[in-house]
Amino acid sequence: MTMGLLDHLPALPVLLPSATAILLLLLGDHGGGEHNLHKRVLSSRVSIISALIGLVIAIQLFLQAADGNLMVYRMGEWPAPFGIVLVVDRLAAMLILLTSLVALPVLLYASGGWDGQGRYFHALFQFQLMGLNGAFATGDLFNLFVFFEVLLIASYVLMMHGLGRERLRVGVHYVVLNLAASALFLIGVALLYALTGTLNMADLALRVPLVEGPDAVVLQVAALTLLVVFGFKAALVPLSAWLPATYAASSAPVAALFAIMTKVGVYAIWRVHGVIFGAGAGPSANLVEPLLLPLAVATSVLAVLGALAAQTLPRLVAWLTVASVGTLLMALALFEAPAWSAAMYYMAHSTLTGAGLFLLIELVAAQRGEVGSRIEPSSPVAQPALLGLMLLLAAASSIGLPPLPGFIGKLMLLQASSDHAQAVMVWSVVLLVGFVTLLGLARAGSTLFWHVRSDLPSGASGASAPLVAATGILLALSVAMSVFAAPLQRYTQAAAAQLLDRGAYADAVLGEQGGAAARTTRPYTGATGAKP
Amino acid sequence: MMPSMEFLVATGIGWIAACGIWLILRGRTFPVVLGLTVLGYAVNVFIFAMGRLWSNAPPIIGSGGQQIADPLPQALVLTAIVIGFATTGFVIELALRSRHESDTDHVDGKPDDGSEPRA
Repeated sequence: MTMGLLDHLPALPVLLPSATAILLLLLGDHGGGEHNLHKRVLSSRVSIISALIGLVIAIQLFLQAADGNLMVYRMGEWPAPFGIVLVVDRLAAMLILLTSLVALPVLLYASGGWDGQGRYFHALFQFQLMGLNGAFATGDLFNLFVFFEVLLIASYVLMMHGLGRERLRVGVHYVVLNLAASALFLIGVALLYALTGTLNMADLALRVPLVEGPDAVVLQVAALTLLVVFGFKAALVPLSAWLPATYAASSAPVAALFAIMTKVGVYAIWRVHGVIFGAGAGPSANLVEPLLLPLAVATSVLAVLGALAAQTLPRLVAWLTVASVGTLLMALALFEAPAWSAAMYYMAHSTLTGAGLFLLIELVAAQRGEVGSRIEPSSPVAQPALLGLMLLLAAASSIGLPPLPGFIGKLMLLQASSDHAQAVMVWSVVLLVGFVTLLGLARAGSTLFWHVRSDLPSGASGASAPLVAATGILLALSVAMSVFAAPLQRYTQAAAAQLLDRGAYADAVLGEQGGAAARTTRPYTGATGAKP
Repeated sequence: MMPSMEFLVATGIGWIAACGIWLILRGRTFPVVLGLTVLGYAVNVFIFAMGRLWSNAPPIIGSGGQQIADPLPQALVLTAIVIGFATTGFVIELALRSRHESDTDHVDGKPDDGSEPRA
């Protein structure tokens, strides 16, 4: 069978960064310094061009997915569920596009100097993109584990990019916690396999409803083990304390890229607990529904309190990232198409705004002399009007003021939850969190720009144009989400409906086995584990 | 009566996992790295056992309705071992680097005399 390049489209978001990363490793990188400058410029150009091509591929995927195509790519033409499949539906295509949209400005920003603070920044950045895209595209749970590891190993090194005592101290915690979580991931996946005999997501969705009796209890233990793992990655309470420390210690471009990494955890909860263990899962239906909403509420509330208590700008923004995850998971926990549509819109907005904020606060901190990123009065910044306006824009969007996308996302969520049993709780928490975010950001903003001490030597120069432009692109993209809110909302509504349609997903992935009516055999049934 | 194979393997995995968790909770980086490795072993055997414990079964489909050992968990274990090996290598290097930078092998960077970490 001959295949055109377009047939390979779902694999390209994984292959392109991996090939680029290998090329960058071959090019070599010996860190900063003048003698190495031309090599670093070459690396950053290769990396940016690759990210541009990646963006074109992601847009193409997004357009195809928008037409309702469920793109299934069988690795090595092995039929599912025996081989590994990549499945790009509307949600996956949207997140791959979002990854590209965050990656490109962040790369531009990092090329302004950060990439010379250590070795192989660009190669590791591309490996991280490979892991992110792979995790979004894969249709197989063990493959998801592999891509998790790819993105995590890249993130371990990226997190410590620039080194220093504080980064290493926090880095040890980050790595050890993630390795322990990976062990739990493997236990959960192995248990799922033991009870269903498959790890293909479409096949799992067909077999989980068939598991009954004592087996179903063990199966639910497996699913809840996975909730611990994904909840840890997404920074769900009580597993959220690592995130502010880690993101605040990372360099600005790395923290901005990590803004999308927490979303991988949310995405995995969506696929596994929202769909596979969702409404159609027989005895295990809506398994996490009673857990997820209270935990998401607690995540949001604790995170805004953390934002109020933050003494440095990176910690403030990192806590706001956690708060947005809480809001997102609240929407997910309602288990309804309109709420999921709101969650997707809010996810895109919070990622872009969060990444923009991480870059912006470094620009601000760089102009504040000795005080740096601490939220204390300092000498006036060199570009108060420009940076102040950008911060105002990003802050207003995080808080949820109209007409910015944060407002539209929260409004969609409030509307979706209005006839839900927990509507009162969702409404009050979303509005309260918005208000406390306003307090936190107003306090930080007024200290930064108004509460200046003219007695301190200023001497700060303005940020260079490329850095401001890179930050501006991210914030402009977030504003564009408001301008194109109607078509985006149509897309997210269709994406939510597509997620809930387990039959169509099974038809696309398991077409050769009979689609939704497929009766692939479970290898082990009964107490003795005997063959059927 | 002989204890069953399943009982022996299950208690063995449980014991190794418990040792691993105990080591991870220690305050120095070396026991923590060791704990992660030991926990990794327990998880690998666990994955392997999830394909059920067969004796005298061929590794892949034989003739007739014979029982076969499930090859998939074995493939999963191989992947998990490779990834575990890579991450262990990384975490050892990281622990050494951290020891070098902070002059202590405490996981929170606390100096050996018990005072607070230097800024």
